[in-house]
Amino acid sequence: MDLNKKKESIFLKTIPYLDKYGILILLFLMVLALHIMQPDVFLSWRNITNIFKQISWQSMLALGVFMVIVTAGIDLSVGSIMMLSLMILAVVAKAGMPWYVVILVPLVVGFLCGMFNGLGITILRMPHPFIMTLGTLYIFRGAGNLISGGVPISGFTEEVRYVGHGRIDLTWIGLDESQYLPVSLVLIALIYFIFWIFLNHTRMGKWIYAIGGNPNAARAAGINVNKILVIVYSLCGFLSGIGALILAGRADSGYPNAGLQSELDAIAACIIGGASFFGGRGTVLGVFAGVMIMGILRNGLNLMDVSAFWQQVLIGSIIVIAVYIDVLRKDFGTRK
Amino acid sequence: MSNGSNVILEARNISKYFGTITALDNVQLTARQGECLGVVGDNGAGKSTLMKVLSGLYKPSLGSLFFNGKEKTLESPRDSQKLGLEMVYQDLALAGNLPIGENIFLGREPIKNYGFVKLLDYKKIKELSEAHLDKLKIHVKSSEQKVEELSGGQRQAIAIARATAFNSKIVIMDEPTAALAIKEVSKVLDLINNLKKIGVSVIIISHRMDDIFAVCDRVMALFQGTNFAESKLTETSRDEVIGWIMGKK
Repeated sequence: MDLNKKKESIFLKTIPYLDKYGILILLFLMVLALHIMQPDVFLSWRNITNIFKQISWQSMLALGVFMVIVTAGIDLSVGSIMMLSLMILAVVAKAGMPWYVVILVPLVVGFLCGMFNGLGITILRMPHPFIMTLGTLYIFRGAGNLISGGVPISGFTEEVRYVGHGRIDLTWIGLDESQYLPVSLVLIALIYFIFWIFLNHTRMGKWIYAIGGNPNAARAAGINVNKILVIVYSLCGFLSGIGALILAGRADSGYPNAGLQSELDAIAACIIGGASFFGGRGTVLGVFAGVMIMGILRNGLNLMDVSAFWQQVLIGSIIVIAVYIDVLRKDFGTRK
Repeated sequence: MSNGSNVILEARNISKYFGTITALDNVQLTARQGECLGVVGDNGAGKSTLMKVLSGLYKPSLGSLFFNGKEKTLESPRDSQKLGLEMVYQDLALAGNLPIGENIFLGREPIKNYGFVKLLDYKKIKELSEAHLDKLKIHVKSSEQKVEELSGGQRQAIAIARATAFNSKIVIMDEPTAALAIKEVSKVLDLINNLKKIGVSVIIISHRMDDIFAVCDRVMALFQGTNFAESKLTETSRDEVIGWIMGKK
């Protein structure tokens, strides 16, 4: 079985690299274009940290949804999980619980909500994760409003707000006081690094990709597919819980509309970042780039005073173009 | 070939029901060390179901499995793998999005310890899988090539490499040559003869009489979920075996 017969063209050889880093080129071009259009503002310390603060909680939802998409699933409930976690956090904080309990609450609630999704999909054998998580999209948001009475609950302690609101002072390396590092930025970097290790360098991460590639192959290899799926949905919920903690710090409030439609932003970021809806494809770096592209686009268009309606049109166009590139890549990249 | 101690796998009185459908009804199967058993039968005769019972993918409704004379209950394919049984599935059971090496080691990836953290040992995956592919004379550009980039025959080769990478004692192959180009068939059959020489028990499901008569020592026929006939290959003929498949003795 000699496989060395066909010499591949240079075009075919570049595909894996475009596959891996093409999205970063797009991100770089966007940054460059916005820098040229807004030379004084766009790349300023203040604006860059602003972008990271704006994408902070979305990036958590996107990472969770990404893992689910790698298994060829979908999670429509992440926005609602975040809202429910935030509301329970707010209620617990108002009840006067110590700050370390208040911080743990959204993480545990998020994890349990995700586990509920995972168990529903596997034990109730829902025909597609879309249905289970569409159901819980309503259930979790409704539960959040039932708990809070449908009104905002505001005012948290500094400890609770630290993750979303805290600043790391950099004056000790000679920077200006306004040139601080948002704690949420450090958290994003840390979480993304941990999940990059998890997905690319651990057995379970490899199995998550294998399930997305061919669930029967994973099963035949002795992998407990249902168990892995429950873990994936639980981790997705856990990340939504972290999103709730960040949002609690940023908004200083639990409010009924928190995270409304953010599941669609999260899915969009994954798709722009190169994750395939058919599962098994996509990288953590790509998702990060996808989140950044959406954040930078919104930020840049705001700086240029472009209306929010045009922003919707542009983000929608980028989704379609990104997926079309994925389709082309599939045509050229694989032999069937 | 004696009927004594070299029996490596025995399935006794296996029945399997799916709801009201009886897929297998009181079926017997014996596999011996270094021997190739051909399992034939028409579509729906229960061949694939029987193989999935042997590999632990399905639990039998009735009956029991004996590995080296000891009764074992299989909860999953991992249990049968631990007992040295490997399966090459008809749908090949490879993850196209993963590289060749990672497919060979899927579910059994070598790991390195970094304190409490256990990370994949990619170097070992590459070295071990390429050494194994060399041993089987399967030539690929690199073990890091994705399986979806390979042709059907190449994928079959990888599936067999996967099944034999862990010193397995029994290898079950479901239609191993069905998807192959003609010149690739003889390579797979050579591979099967090599496996027999090193004492592996091979069970083949095939429609192709050429394959059965090229590598098998014994052939058994299933008909509508029951044992229909069984014979040493030297004591039967193609026409007779074809008759069994159609339910004629």
